[in-house]
Amino acid sequence: MASPHDRKYLQTHEWHKPEDGLVTIGLSKFAVDELTDITYVDVAKTQGPIKAGESFGEIESVKATSDMYCGIDGVIVEVNQLVIDDPSIINQDPFERGWLIKVEPTDTAQLDAMMTAAKYDQENH
Amino acid sequence: MESTSTPQREKTTTHGAGSDRSGDGVTLIFERSTPGVCAVDLPALDVPEAPAGQGLFADEAPDLGHIGQLDLVRHYTHLANRNFSVDANFYPLGSCTMKYNPRVNETAAAMPGFTGLHPLQADADTQGALRMLYEVRTWLAAIAGLDEVCLQPCAGAHGEYTALKVIRAYFKDPQGGNAPQRNKVLAPDTAHGTNPASCAMCGAGVVQVPSKDGLVDLDALRSLVDNQTAAMMITNPNTAGLFDGTIAQIAKILHDVGALLYLDGANMNAIVGVSRPGDFGVDVMHFNTHKTFSTPHGCGGPGAGPIAVRDFLSPYLPVPQVVKLENGSGGVRYARDWDRPKSIGRVRSFTGQFGVLLRCWAYIAACGPEGLRRVAQTAVLNANYLAAQLRDRFETPYFDPGAGRYCAHEFITVPKDLLAKGVTLIDLAKRLIDYGIHPPTMHWPVHDCLMIEPTETESLATLDRFVDVMNKIAQEVEADPQLLKGAPYHAPLRRLDEVAAARNPTLCHAD
Repeated sequence: MASPHDRKYLQTHEWHKPEDGLVTIGLSKFAVDELTDITYVDVAKTQGPIKAGESFGEIESVKATSDMYCGIDGVIVEVNQLVIDDPSIINQDPFERGWLIKVEPTDTAQLDAMMTAAKYDQENH
Repeated sequence: MESTSTPQREKTTTHGAGSDRSGDGVTLIFERSTPGVCAVDLPALDVPEAPAGQGLFADEAPDLGHIGQLDLVRHYTHLANRNFSVDANFYPLGSCTMKYNPRVNETAAAMPGFTGLHPLQADADTQGALRMLYEVRTWLAAIAGLDEVCLQPCAGAHGEYTALKVIRAYFKDPQGGNAPQRNKVLAPDTAHGTNPASCAMCGAGVVQVPSKDGLVDLDALRSLVDNQTAAMMITNPNTAGLFDGTIAQIAKILHDVGALLYLDGANMNAIVGVSRPGDFGVDVMHFNTHKTFSTPHGCGGPGAGPIAVRDFLSPYLPVPQVVKLENGSGGVRYARDWDRPKSIGRVRSFTGQFGVLLRCWAYIAACGPEGLRRVAQTAVLNANYLAAQLRDRFETPYFDPGAGRYCAHEFITVPKDLLAKGVTLIDLAKRLIDYGIHPPTMHWPVHDCLMIEPTETESLATLDRFVDVMNKIAQEVEADPQLLKGAPYHAPLRRLDEVAAARNPTLCHAD
C-alpha cells in the first residue's frame, strides 16, 4: 500500500502531516507492520517544547521496543489518548486514527528536508 | 545421538492434579492445602522447656499451605518437569551463555563449612570464607587485566550501575578525575538494553553510537566525544557476535578526550583466558558470573556481577573489601576492610552473593588458566562450526569465511528466504520447541534475526543434531508453512496469545 502523499516522512518511519497550523505525527504503516501487534505506547513528553531529532516516546510490540522521533522544532500541544488506551488502533489505522502527537511548529520549512511518500516507499518495501 | 524424527501434530496430554483453573495442569501449592496436614513431624523435646520472651510471638500464624510431604515433593517435581533447562535440553539462547553448570560448583557450595556460615560472624571465625572471596576477586582481576575487583554487585546490570557510580565519584573528586561536567555516556546501537538503563538510573545522558558493518563507526565516535563525555560502554565481542578489532583505537579516542572505556563483560565467554580487557584499553568492566563462570542463571537472582577497575578508580569502590594481611613473619589472615573514605558506600548487604561467588571460585579453580582458555576457544569454535553448517539455508550477514569474516562465540542469522515463504520468525522459534530445543534470541540486535550461541559445553553430536533440526524445519517451511503456524504441538502449552497477554495482562492466578 502506498503511503499518503499529503505528508512527509523520516528515515525512522514517523510521518509528519501539516494541517491547520499544526503538524500531526504518527508511524508509517510499513513500520507498524514490521513491529506487528502494538502492545504499549508511552508518550514520555506530553506537552512543552521539543526539538527535531528528539524522542517523544516509545512504542512496544511483542517483537520489539522502539523510540519514536519528532522531526520538527516546536511545542507539543496534544497527545492521542485513544491510542495510549488502545494501542491496537495504531495497527488498524496508522495514518489517520492512529496518530500520536500534534506539534505547533516553529519552522515548517523543516518539513521540506523530510522524505516524500514516493521516496519513503521506494526505500521501504 | 538423539534422533530427529518429525514430531506430529497431535496434542500431548498435560500432567498434574488439582483444581486446574486454566486447564493447563497448573495448581498452586495453596490450592493443594488441606487444613491440619503437615509435611514434617517435629522431634520430641529433648531439652528443658523454657518460656519464649515477650515480643517473639506473631499475632497470627503465617498464611502457609498445609500439605503432606509426598504431595509437596510431587508439586515441585511436576513444576521441575515442565521447566526447560540446560540440564535437559540444548539452549542456544544468544547473548545469555546458557552453558552447563558443572556439579563441582554445587559440591563446593554445599560444604557445611560454607552453608552454616552467618555473615555477622567475626572475621577470625570465617577465615576460609574470606580467603575464598579474596582469591576470587584477585583471580577475576587477573582475568580482566585490571587492578582491583569489587564483588558486591549482585547482577550484571547492578555491576553497571555500581561502576557508573564509581566513575561519577571519580570525576567529581577534585583530587581524582576533577571533571564534574562529564555526565554523558556513549553506547553503541548494538548495546544490551541494560547499558542505557543503568545510565538513566545514574542520571547520565546516553548518546547512541551508530554501527558500520556491525562494528562501531569510528568517525561517528570521534564526532561524538567531547569534554562532557564520562565513558563509553561497549560489549566486545558485541551482540552481533563480532570482536571489534578496533577496540584499542576506540580506547584511544576516549582516552584522548579524558573519558573512560567501560566493558560490558556479557560476552567474556569468547575471550576469557585469551585476551585481557585491561590490555586493550578497558578501564572498568563487569563480569556476569552466570555467563562466563557457570553459576546458575537465576530467574532474576541470586546472581553476581563483580566489577573490575584500574587503580585510579579503586578509592571509590564499595566497602567492605576483603583484604589479605601479612604479619611479616609468614602469618596471613583475611579481613573485611571498611577504611576507604572516598567509597561510594554499599551496594549490597555484606560482601555480595556469597554462594554464587563460591560457585564462581569453584569453576575457575576447576578450569585453571589453561581450562579457561579452552572454554573461550571451544565456545568460538562451536559458534563458527554452527554458522558454517547453517549458512546455506540460514543467511549469516556478518559471517563469511570466504571473506575472512568469522564470528566470536555467537552469530546471527537473518533467514530472509524462509521468511519470504510466509512464515515468521516466531513460527520458526515455536517449531524448535517441538524438537526439544530452546529457541535462540530473536529480533535483536537486528530486525528478523536469530542470535545463536551454542557455548563450549555442547558436544559435536548435539551441534550436528541442531543443524539437522534447523534444516528439517527449513524443509517443513517449503513443504507446508501452515505446519509451523500451529507449533508448538508438543510443549505443555500450545501457541500462547502474546498480544492479549501484553494488552490485557492477568496477573493473578485466582480471583
